[in-house]
Amino acid sequence: MLDLVQIRKTFNARTVNEKVALNGLSFHMDDGDFVTVIGGNGAGKSTLLNAIAGVWPVDSGTITLDGVDVTRLSEHRRAGLLGRVFQDPMTGTAATMQIEENLALAARRGERRTLKPGITREERKLYREKLAALGLGLEDRMTAKVGLLSGGQRQALTLLMATLKKPKLLLLDEHTAALDPRTAAKVLELSEQIVTENGLMTLMVTHNMRDAIRYGNRLIMMHEGRIILDISGEEKKHLTVEMLMDAFARTSGETFANDRILLS
Amino acid sequence: MNFSSLFNAMPGAVAQGMIWGIMSIGVYITYKVLDLADLTVDGTMATGGAVCVMLMLNGVNVWLALLCAVIAGMLAGLLTGVFHTAMGIPPILSGILTQLSLYSINLAIMGFKANQGINVTKYHLIVSQRNVRHLALDNPILTALIVLGLVIGVLYWFFGTELGSSLRATGANEAMSRAQGINTRVAKILGLMISNGIVALSSAMLAHYQGFVDVNMGRGAIVIGLAAVIISEVLFSKLFRNFALKLTGVAIGSVIYYIVIQIVLWLGLDTNLLKLLSAMVVAIFLAIPYWKANFAANHGTKEGQGNA
Repeated sequence: MLDLVQIRKTFNARTVNEKVALNGLSFHMDDGDFVTVIGGNGAGKSTLLNAIAGVWPVDSGTITLDGVDVTRLSEHRRAGLLGRVFQDPMTGTAATMQIEENLALAARRGERRTLKPGITREERKLYREKLAALGLGLEDRMTAKVGLLSGGQRQALTLLMATLKKPKLLLLDEHTAALDPRTAAKVLELSEQIVTENGLMTLMVTHNMRDAIRYGNRLIMMHEGRIILDISGEEKKHLTVEMLMDAFARTSGETFANDRILLS
Repeated sequence: MNFSSLFNAMPGAVAQGMIWGIMSIGVYITYKVLDLADLTVDGTMATGGAVCVMLMLNGVNVWLALLCAVIAGMLAGLLTGVFHTAMGIPPILSGILTQLSLYSINLAIMGFKANQGINVTKYHLIVSQRNVRHLALDNPILTALIVLGLVIGVLYWFFGTELGSSLRATGANEAMSRAQGINTRVAKILGLMISNGIVALSSAMLAHYQGFVDVNMGRGAIVIGLAAVIISEVLFSKLFRNFALKLTGVAIGSVIYYIVIQIVLWLGLDTNLLKLLSAMVVAIFLAIPYWKANFAANHGTKEGQGNA
């Protein structure tokens, strides 16, 4: 369960560049929910995910995840509850470390790091199986440096790392935006497969309305740091891109002016 | 040209190169593993010697004195780490601040004298210049080899552990490390402490080797360390991929550096110009990857464009 109550976050407060990124946002998610997040540029989608992940502290409000008040916890302390995949394929993995080393780091998320071996033989076996399941041939390159992988391979690996230790909440921040359409589709399918298999509570930001409609059981639309539309269940199944655009115009009083979204 | 004088100088160059090689491994930990250029080492390279020599002059056992030297070095690393992580000071500046503080601290340790001698006949020194041409167990090259082996062995083990891996991850990608639950502040502080502890050990050995500690003996240490790291990369990057071998390569790099210095001096270079020469050589080697990338970008070759 995730609960956000009256979250506020202002960047560059009291300067000319002041930007209210989250404006008293409240949001509740149940276990097993797969929520897609859409919205124009600067709507606060990534800010929402970063607030949950604790990249910086929020100005006010409370964030409760799985019964734990994480509002004041630093980023690395919350990490044990979260799995994260980022927009930039470079962000989620350590390029100069081996594939298996990256996985071993992720397997210890939320645990004390001791002087025990950083990776064990049993782990290698497990990773080989998990990598094989991705169908990218990475199981035969486990000691290759991650920097040698393509963007799609890196995102798939990051996804595996994020879910290797079952997180309470999976945060996908436009994780296919930097990939070519074919690879993006593959990574998305993989994401859904992993989410469904593990019954993960998932929050996925996307700029692609069709993806937002196709995936998940609930869709929220953000505008100026708030949630302006929240559709779930049967209603979501019958959504179309046109209906979303109309809904946006109605609730925000503006037309949905975002080339990136319209064109995709 | 008198080749025998050069030949006679070689054992000394090798011994010195190996002792500085221990320091260079410390520099490698911060510069390559943590991706921080830590200038603390210029100060720590005198602190270790100062602590060890002063304790021994006051009757402390040599091994205990060496241990205290390492701890003093680690405290210097801790100070730099706190400047950087808790006070938000950029790493280079943090190192410079500690380095400057250490100048006063080192003088205070040495009883406000610029140098302190320690006599090999009166005290049990683990290495001494006097024995450098002995074909015996007291040869400093042998001792330095054993210490290098121990340092490399311990580091190889440590960076393979969960904790050591978290340090490597912090150096490779901080955002990812935090997302994987690694306290990157602690990792950086720990790395700086390990690095400076090793540098202080090298400093104590150098003081033993030359028979005195001098407040200026660490000046330019970071450049020597970088030179060793760069030499090893140029010569061994294709050959040495294993972490232990990479550390060994750095130690060899330091030995090569000292042999080259010895040759340059033998050719008649004024000793006073040595630091200028070292700095220029390191500057050029640091520029090579940048020039390579620029050349590749301008000529459309694959190198320098990274992986898509």
